[in-house]
Amino acid sequence: MNKEQPILSLKDVSFEYFSGEENEEGSLALDGLSLDVQKGEFVGVIGHNGSGKSTMSKLLNAIILPTKGDVLVKGLNTKDEQVTWDIRQTAGMVFQNPDNQLVATIVEEDVAFGPENLGVIPGEIRRRVDESLETVGMSAFKKKEPHNLSGGQKQRVAIAGILAMEPECIIFDEPTAMLDPSGRAEVMKTIKKLNRENHMTVLHITHYMDELIDADRIVVLDKGKIVMQGTPREVFSHVDELKAIGLDVPQMTAVAHGLRQKGFDLPDNLLDVKETAEAICRLK
Amino acid sequence: MFENITIGQYYPTDSFIHRLDPRTKIVFTAAYIVMLFVINNFWGYLAAGVLLVVMLVTSKIPVRYVFKGLKGIIFIIVLTVILNMFMTQGDVIWSWGFLQITKQGVDTAVKMAIRLVFLVVGTSLMTLTTSPIDLTDGMEACMNVMPGIRKYAHELAMMMSIALRFIPTLLDETQKIMKAQKARGAQLDTGGLIQRAKALVPILVPLFVSAFRRADELAVAMEARCYRGGKGRTRLKQLVYERRDVITYTAMFIMIAVLWGSRYFPLDVLPTWLRG
Repeated sequence: MNKEQPILSLKDVSFEYFSGEENEEGSLALDGLSLDVQKGEFVGVIGHNGSGKSTMSKLLNAIILPTKGDVLVKGLNTKDEQVTWDIRQTAGMVFQNPDNQLVATIVEEDVAFGPENLGVIPGEIRRRVDESLETVGMSAFKKKEPHNLSGGQKQRVAIAGILAMEPECIIFDEPTAMLDPSGRAEVMKTIKKLNRENHMTVLHITHYMDELIDADRIVVLDKGKIVMQGTPREVFSHVDELKAIGLDVPQMTAVAHGLRQKGFDLPDNLLDVKETAEAICRLK
Repeated sequence: MFENITIGQYYPTDSFIHRLDPRTKIVFTAAYIVMLFVINNFWGYLAAGVLLVVMLVTSKIPVRYVFKGLKGIIFIIVLTVILNMFMTQGDVIWSWGFLQITKQGVDTAVKMAIRLVFLVVGTSLMTLTTSPIDLTDGMEACMNVMPGIRKYAHELAMMMSIALRFIPTLLDETQKIMKAQKARGAQLDTGGLIQRAKALVPILVPLFVSAFRRADELAVAMEARCYRGGKGRTRLKQLVYERRDVITYTAMFIMIAVLWGSRYFPLDVLPTWLRG
């Protein structure tokens, strides 16, 4: 296979929603969007409500099909019905609400759901289930019932469920939106670990900017288009542009930005607490 | 209100019956029910009763749990007894106006009552000793070997297990909605029956809306995990028969033989009132 081939690729993709009324103009959720994600990358997607970020994630999993343009997963077109299941196995997806994506009444059986659907032999399912639960640090809970777990734990079980399908890429559609701060930290730690240690390609959709400080690349969506793209440092240095489309910047970037406006001489690309503190200490 | 709810009536202990394969228990229970309607005399009832007691003791389940199940059907039993007693034709032993009780009537009534009691106790023994999940697995496996309903086996089992999965979630949600509506001044526990029923509307409507939304999201999540029905699907948990299942199946055949045989057992040795 071509080494350069991106694992996820959107080519000039548009998607229109129709509310079902006749002769009605659909509303454009995505408007000629193009994006390539390479193997092993950690790409963050941010955007205000209605910017099309959720639509994008559903397109990548062949849950919806583009009105115009093509979506390719590992070179497979989502419009080709024969490869739908290969696509879904290659690009796993974790959703926002942990309660609404767990199927089984026991943690390990839920993790087994994906491989069971793929027709994996039982012995191999067992291996995958144990391995996936180990990766997300939930092995101790494998016989528990999901409704007795915390939000962060449920979401980690959901991640294990996707891992058990052995995908090459995982799309996270606001997995932390419904969690409390500690649950959010748990899930983010898991996602980052997957990317670094297991070399999993990650497309992380979120509206918590702090989660993307370590991303390789951030894509900013607004009204169905990519309005900005680059490393976290590049993107978050455009504080005013981001604010203009209703987005925030990481806390420290905001602090530094505020100080700069008050006349302090601080760089405009600070991201975490440590470097911000150091920069402030260096001030005369 | 819902803190201590248990799904189904599973009562976990570590008994021989609990550890049996769910398929074994389902088949055994089905055979027992059939046999209850095959037996027709004192010996049969005695054997079926003794068997039930033996199973009860083996299951290590407190007797009061088992008989709890009977409370619900006491009305049906009484009704059956009354109807059978008064409606059966035969040798009249008591009459008053148009009402009459016959010897045959009493006989059928007593038999029906015993059968119903045995039936309910027998089946609750199965649900008490099998967790809902195991029961679902067992039912799927049993349906899978039955022509006709075979093609629905997986779907039915999937529906059941999803229902089990969402019962606690929806109960939580109901509580949240109730609190939210109470905070807005809803009066849920006052007034007469009709008023209380009316007060349920503002709880049920949001609950249903949310349940449908959940169902929709769950369907998408299931498809994203490559769910496409039961075809070509494998299972993590394989039901495996063990020695104790073989023993139980053997016991089942002995039970069938004994109960069937009881029909031909001589009744002469019994006092007349037991001969039926």
